Amino acid sequence: MKMKNDDYMELDFRDNILQFPLNRRDFLKRFCGGLVVLFTIGDAELLAQRGRRDYPSDFNAYLLIGADGRVACLTGKIEMGQGIITSLAQMLADELDVSIDSVDMVMGDTDRSVWDMGTFGSLTTRHFGPYMRKAAAEARAVLIELAAEQLNVAISKLTVEDGIVFEKGNRDRRISYAQLTKGKIIERHVSGDVAIKDKTQYKIMGKSFLRRDALEKVKGEAKYAGDIRLPDMLYAKVLRPPAHDAKLISVDTSKAEKVEGAIVIRENDLIAVLHKHPDIADKARALIKAEYDTPQAKVDEKSIFDYLLNYPSEKEIISQAGDVAQGAKLAAETFETTFYDGYVAHAPMETHTAIVDVKGNKATAWVGTQRPFAAKDSIAEALGFPAEKVHVLTPFVGGGFGGKSPHQQAVEAARLSKITGKPVQVAWNRAEEFFYDTFRPAAVVKIKSGISDSGAIVTWDYQVYFAGDRGAEHFYEIPNYSTSSYNARGAHPFATGPWRAPANNTNTFARESQIDIMAAKAGIDPMEFRLKNLKHEQLLTCLKTAADKFGYTPAKPPSGRGIGIALGIDADTFVATIAQVDVNRDTGHVQVKRVVCAQDMGLCVNPEGAIIQMEGCITMGLGYALTEDIHFEGGHIIDTNFDAYELPRFSWLPQIETVIIDSKDPAAHGGGEPAIITMGGAIANAIYDAIGVRVSQMPMSPERIKAALKNG
Amino acid sequence: MNEKITFTLNGEPISVTTDSDRMLLWVLRTDLNLTGTKFGCGEGFCGACTVLVDNEAIRSCQTSLKDIKGKHVITIEGLSNNGALHPIQQAFVDHDALQCGFCTPGMILNAYSMIIKNPNPSMKDIIENMDDNLCRCGAHNRIVQAIQSAAKIMQGGK
Repeated sequence: MKMKNDDYMELDFRDNILQFPLNRRDFLKRFCGGLVVLFTIGDAELLAQRGRRDYPSDFNAYLLIGADGRVACLTGKIEMGQGIITSLAQMLADELDVSIDSVDMVMGDTDRSVWDMGTFGSLTTRHFGPYMRKAAAEARAVLIELAAEQLNVAISKLTVEDGIVFEKGNRDRRISYAQLTKGKIIERHVSGDVAIKDKTQYKIMGKSFLRRDALEKVKGEAKYAGDIRLPDMLYAKVLRPPAHDAKLISVDTSKAEKVEGAIVIRENDLIAVLHKHPDIADKARALIKAEYDTPQAKVDEKSIFDYLLNYPSEKEIISQAGDVAQGAKLAAETFETTFYDGYVAHAPMETHTAIVDVKGNKATAWVGTQRPFAAKDSIAEALGFPAEKVHVLTPFVGGGFGGKSPHQQAVEAARLSKITGKPVQVAWNRAEEFFYDTFRPAAVVKIKSGISDSGAIVTWDYQVYFAGDRGAEHFYEIPNYSTSSYNARGAHPFATGPWRAPANNTNTFARESQIDIMAAKAGIDPMEFRLKNLKHEQLLTCLKTAADKFGYTPAKPPSGRGIGIALGIDADTFVATIAQVDVNRDTGHVQVKRVVCAQDMGLCVNPEGAIIQMEGCITMGLGYALTEDIHFEGGHIIDTNFDAYELPRFSWLPQIETVIIDSKDPAAHGGGEPAIITMGGAIANAIYDAIGVRVSQMPMSPERIKAALKNG
Repeated sequence: MNEKITFTLNGEPISVTTDSDRMLLWVLRTDLNLTGTKFGCGEGFCGACTVLVDNEAIRSCQTSLKDIKGKHVITIEGLSNNGALHPIQQAFVDHDALQCGFCTPGMILNAYSMIIKNPNPSMKDIIENMDDNLCRCGAHNRIVQAIQSAAKIMQGGK
């Protein structure tokens, strides 16, 4: 049941490895009560033949117009705070020409929502969005066709507002979507391609909307997986090993069994105490005496970097041009730096939680997950059920950040429900959450670079070990470069996986630090050094915009002002961040005073929502940059709660200023991750600018700052 | 040991008979089915389980049932008045001062307790008072703004 160490790196989000096409018959079965207009399904079948799955072309998979005129948005995406409960509704409403208030979100419900790989990789708006908009546009076109027939008015004379089709200039000749679809099953193709709206036609997209889930959330009424209550449900606490590589030798559950009302279950590797109160189940679990054989730890958070560098790994060349060796010969100055980054936890406020109710040959599950459809398959496999006998619902998810891609807790709950015949909730405590987290991997980046007399970068040899390659490629004007990524399965002593903008935080930290190292040696202001070596249009716009907002003035580094710049690209979004810090030379404490961030994300559906994501990225980025670092000995995770593992808090907060560039790009790009990638680099460069010493390892903890100051 | 504990919950008298050493968090969430109070860390570090006891913000994961005997407990479910949002709740909505929402009930109740004692809190007061309530999504700045705005509205007697 333990996740394999590298399983989640598969979810690198660049390619959709897809399964199980939903076929035409399934659609008819599922949606026969509503409006069914069928289009060609050839593409889905073709994808199936290639072992892939993509979004279906039938718009009925995406939306359902009820007889009451309300429109259900049937998305397989889930809401974990990122705000798509609002922005997806905006997109659907705008394309369909209905009011946003008439849209009800059905999210991550495997019986109702369109199949989805999962909610990660900033893919909702940029990847799923166009499919859903297209579906809505096609539905709108069909509905107008039907209205034209009903009203006996030419299509060209019809228009739609708020789900009512009417004749232009004669609002009395009208029919609503609800009237058209009520009780009907319609099969109709739209002849030709239906275009989605362009920017000039948006009425709802591009405008700011407040969160649509705020009311439920401030009242405490919003349901998360742990808030689902079923008759006769039991709360399970599962026995956990002290280390990932520990083997159970003996177990004595007799004391736990004596707790009134407690049920002890043992099935192979699964040993659990169940009770009608979770706290009593927890106390009973503590009474289990278990002996483990734990191998001697070979590695900890200090030795991990040498261990990884010596671990046999496979090299992948990501990109190259010219000849880096030749470039180094031509350079007036060369630079060689090794950067380090530790393991980081996702640490969502809601721990992994699920409740599963197995009744006969069917299972219903409420899971806090970023991948409900994958959870459905995992539950089915664990129970030996066909997948169609498992129904997963996804209530609100209390934070994910990549960490709720696995769903071990749902499998545990499913097995225990099958054994006991009762609904079973498994909610991890904080120690379990840290223990089973799929950490952002520890990583090393080695960079050899060189500049000419005039400060032009002439060579760039970039090698990243174990972070992954997202964000590894540079975007500067460099004639000779080589970028390689080294990876190996089984290198880490526990599971690792995607963490908000996987790999990119590490890569951007290393690259942008190295840029400043070169600028400092050349005696050129870091902003001017970048402008000199950069022709990338969007990044230049972001950089200049951020600099204007900041009121940046060039100075020879280190200026003592504590200002740092970093640029980056993530999920096709371009980011420039300028941070200003105070560093206490005695304590090594860094206080980030101000962060200005400009990003070009193409089409921005909900500007306020996008800004909130930027603010979240900036705040979360303070943690990985300054304190977050998992302590461990081999497979034993030492950090079990927030006393040891320090998250950003109110007193850390900088003044945050954000700018979303009015983009020329009509396509939407990522919004949930990009603004976090530059935080490590911007803070590292700001620290250097403040105190004249460089910290090349994250987190840039007080100890490391003090050590850097001591070593000069 | 089972004991009958009587206290006031969201304005109504209530008695619970259970082991009085049990933590209030679990009694609220399971025995009383009030799930707005969240489990975040179980050791008092995060504040997701914050409730009011005699208007004082406490960590319900660290407070046993016997400790609230005869006291007034307010949970997030009890903050709104006949369906109308409390000004702090309204300010959180208006400022988009939440993302995943899991820390939100604890944030709101901690802010409530602070404003009752200090009706005109400075930014510094707010940060100091809220510092041990954790939010992973990074809604902090907006939470501070929401609290400032709510305090002003509450002072105005609205």
